Amino acid sequence: MKTFLCAVVMVMIMTTSSSADQLRMAVTTSFHNSGLASILLPEIKKDIGLTIQLLVVGTGQAIKLGKAGDVDAILVHSKSAEQALVDSGYVLHRREIMFNDFVIVGPSSDPANVRKASTAVEAMQAIASAKSTFVSRGDDSGTHLKERDIWIGAGLDPVNFEHWYWSVGAGMGVALNTATAQGAYIFTDRASWLNFKNKADQILLFQGDPILFNQYAYLPVNPSKHPHVKANFSTNLENWLTSKRAEALINGYKINNEKLFFFNAKR
Amino acid sequence: MQDLREGLINAFWLLATFDSDLVEITLRSLQVTITALMVASVIAMPLGTFLAIKRFRYRRLIVAVLNALMGLPPVVVGLIVYILLSRSGPFGVFGLLFSPTAMIIAQVIIMVPLIASITHQTIREIWSEYRDLMISLGASKVQRIQALLWDGRRPLLTASLAGFGRGIGEVGAIMIVGGNIDHATRVLTTAIALETGRGDFGLALGLGFILILLAIIVNFAIHMFAQTERQSLW
Repeated sequence: MKTFLCAVVMVMIMTTSSSADQLRMAVTTSFHNSGLASILLPEIKKDIGLTIQLLVVGTGQAIKLGKAGDVDAILVHSKSAEQALVDSGYVLHRREIMFNDFVIVGPSSDPANVRKASTAVEAMQAIASAKSTFVSRGDDSGTHLKERDIWIGAGLDPVNFEHWYWSVGAGMGVALNTATAQGAYIFTDRASWLNFKNKADQILLFQGDPILFNQYAYLPVNPSKHPHVKANFSTNLENWLTSKRAEALINGYKINNEKLFFFNAKR
Repeated sequence: MQDLREGLINAFWLLATFDSDLVEITLRSLQVTITALMVASVIAMPLGTFLAIKRFRYRRLIVAVLNALMGLPPVVVGLIVYILLSRSGPFGVFGLLFSPTAMIIAQVIIMVPLIASITHQTIREIWSEYRDLMISLGASKVQRIQALLWDGRRPLLTASLAGFGRGIGEVGAIMIVGGNIDHATRVLTTAIALETGRGDFGLALGLGFILILLAIIVNFAIHMFAQTERQSLW
């Protein structure tokens, strides 16, 4: 019996060892939950023969992974955090790839009357003055940082909020589930929302303010800081991500006939 | 309730169509947990036996600590293993982070206290019964340990199954050290967490039912091999 079990384990170990060209990239939960990753990855494999291993984390953790050299490149959406990383020298540069936008989602009854707001700041102020339950990512992700910026722009500080403000410390999906369960307001990127399957009574209440613009950028890790990173692969990937082919795929990705991402890389 | 029914239907279809992604992550779940279980058993069973039959100064303290560590929080184990294996950590040069090996290491750490504690308890009871007999028969040290382990095989099997159970359903540690990478480190539990995050409760539940089914099949298979719970054998 022992030899049998050993044999089984050996076979299992052998079948999972893999070779080929691989690149590890940390991406944000919002990018992955949008479903775009599952469109792009097979095409990248087809075009340049590169298998990309995605680590789906918040922007905060993605930047940490890049700094530690645990990934070869990162694709995130928080300009100030990205710029700090570029300045620290741990990544080669920051290349803008595409953008989408943030929206405010909430219960269809809309107790805080967010629907009527004309700016994002007004919408957030309405939620705060109505003390309607609001779910925040609370995980230092790009979405969370953006949400905090808007609170602060509205002259409010989330640190002082009472129990109506729920900081869940989780990814976009988990936070959306919490908001659905509580009938709460939430700040989310459009792609994650459109691709989310547990919408129940929640609807999109506010969108379109230019402040809600959400830029995604690609940052390859600097091989002079971490010699083991696969710099040639990350350059290949960057070239692909900024190519005409990527442009067509990104601009062509739709859910319910709605375009999710807008390609804006400079060539 | 709607989601529960959908979950059952999903589980059925995934199994009926022999979904290739499902097969892959199921095999990886088994690979990680069974490998970890074997390594953990090889460490924990001699350790538990040693603690049972050897008297030394800090034995009681070690046993107490070991018992306490049965409740070791997986997420903390994951974080510690992560920091050690990170490229900027002490074992970074091996590049093990986000690999099945890292997941196995984390699970071994989680399983060892549990298996060692149960082994210690089992062997201590048998040893108290056999001690005088073995000494009067003049059994050598190796013979003693062999006899103890053989006669304790059933409770030791339970110890292993407890370790397996702790490992196969674990998500906190392997999520951190494995990273839930598709086609590399995704296993059943991390896939369930992912689908829950996408709000696809039906698929998440389907995978959950498959995980439960898997645990039952493995336990049943081990009982068959070990020939326990038969009428003629107690």
